Amino acid sequence: MKKPSAIYLDNAASSWPKPDETWQAMEHFMRSVGANPGRSGHRLSIEAGRILLEARDALAELFGIDDPLRIVFTRNATESLNLVIYGILRPGEHCVTTSMEHNSVMRPLRALEQKGLEVTTVSCSSQGELDPQKIEKAIKKNTRLIVTTHASNIVGTLMPVDEVSEIARSHDIPFCIDAAQTAGAYPIDIEAMNIDLLVFTGHKSLYGPQGTGGLYIREGLEKKLEPLMRGGTGSRSESQEQPNFMPDKYESGTPNTVGIAGLEAGTRFCLEQGIAHIRAKEEGLTHMLIEGLGSIPGVTLYGCGDEKRQVAICSFTVRDLSPSEITMQLDEEFGIMSRPGLHCAPIAHQTIGTSPHGTVRLSAGYFTTDEEIAVAIEAVTKIAARSHNQG
Amino acid sequence: MAKDKQANSYSVVLFHSTSGALMAEKLLKKEGIAYKIIPVPRNLSSDCGVCLRFSRQDESLVRKALAEKVEFQSICNL
Repeated sequence: MKKPSAIYLDNAASSWPKPDETWQAMEHFMRSVGANPGRSGHRLSIEAGRILLEARDALAELFGIDDPLRIVFTRNATESLNLVIYGILRPGEHCVTTSMEHNSVMRPLRALEQKGLEVTTVSCSSQGELDPQKIEKAIKKNTRLIVTTHASNIVGTLMPVDEVSEIARSHDIPFCIDAAQTAGAYPIDIEAMNIDLLVFTGHKSLYGPQGTGGLYIREGLEKKLEPLMRGGTGSRSESQEQPNFMPDKYESGTPNTVGIAGLEAGTRFCLEQGIAHIRAKEEGLTHMLIEGLGSIPGVTLYGCGDEKRQVAICSFTVRDLSPSEITMQLDEEFGIMSRPGLHCAPIAHQTIGTSPHGTVRLSAGYFTTDEEIAVAIEAVTKIAARSHNQG
Repeated sequence: MAKDKQANSYSVVLFHSTSGALMAEKLLKKEGIAYKIIPVPRNLSSDCGVCLRFSRQDESLVRKALAEKVEFQSICNL
């Protein structure tokens, strides 16, 4: 794979570059298959259908899911979260979430709040850490869903999802994990972790293209979960009612088969490299970021400061400089891609104390090298020193 | 004569969805059971999907291969 000339440290938004296998699988679909899956019996349609099934198989293997048909494809984690939140919760019911969530959780919840949903947002520490006991205390008689991120998209802090899932199970409340920042980068086992609903995106650590994502639904929960959209599925075509079986209940309309072909290849890449190996590499990069950024005069680093308890995401601010100014300097002078501001998670910035200006986020991926991290730390050092001298 | 007739007769296994049919395909392939993917015959169902055709004498093998692995609607004689 040709390494790009830019130093790309915005992997928490979209991973890049991708493994060659990802775009090769997409090219193969576009050139040689192209048909609509599950809509006819001809060989190309069947081949397209096989691509969807192979992608479900790869994801099922990665997450320890017995039945690959329990996985539904969506456009992204946001659509999966909307499907869960709008599909389960009704006015008068109650939902528990945390103060580290992305707007893909908060905005649907706030919209439903206007229609009579009760929402409890459990406070996390300024390092982004969640005390699971607070989740238990927030549970009420009418609590119908607990939804938390698996790792913060701002500071990378991992949530105690094992403890939360035990609490949810003991109260018989479905637990939804937003694994946008962890799927492919951190071990996830549906059975060992007792996960009811797992939301993932394809274009981050699963190394698929944008426009792909999905949702795992535990057996039985599909009876409580309304679909977000209804329409043609290629099945039960005589009926004007939506099918009630998996995955068709939640997969109306022609899917993003070309994207899912790439998602399958990206997921298989993760399986081949091994999640333990990917994780070990990213822990090393995160350690470098924490040590390097944390020791620059004038730089404030946020988060737990422990690579074992977070994913490869670091947020910082520089005294007297706005995050957008730093991101611009990193790009224009040093060729380093970062992301400034609120990262679509205003409540999480309030929690860590960086609202309303936000932070600069550097996020590494499997293809990031030690040298690139060293160059980035050197660049931030120069920017901070310059600003200090000017000030 | 009766035995010959059975050897040349086919059955089909019908699924809720194409995904189910393609999952079953993988299982039959793994067990080495001969099959062909065909469009669902209109007299059996109005679904626009596909089903798996196999030799009727293999029915018990097919049922065993699919048992508890993939849910199917029914097995019908052609």
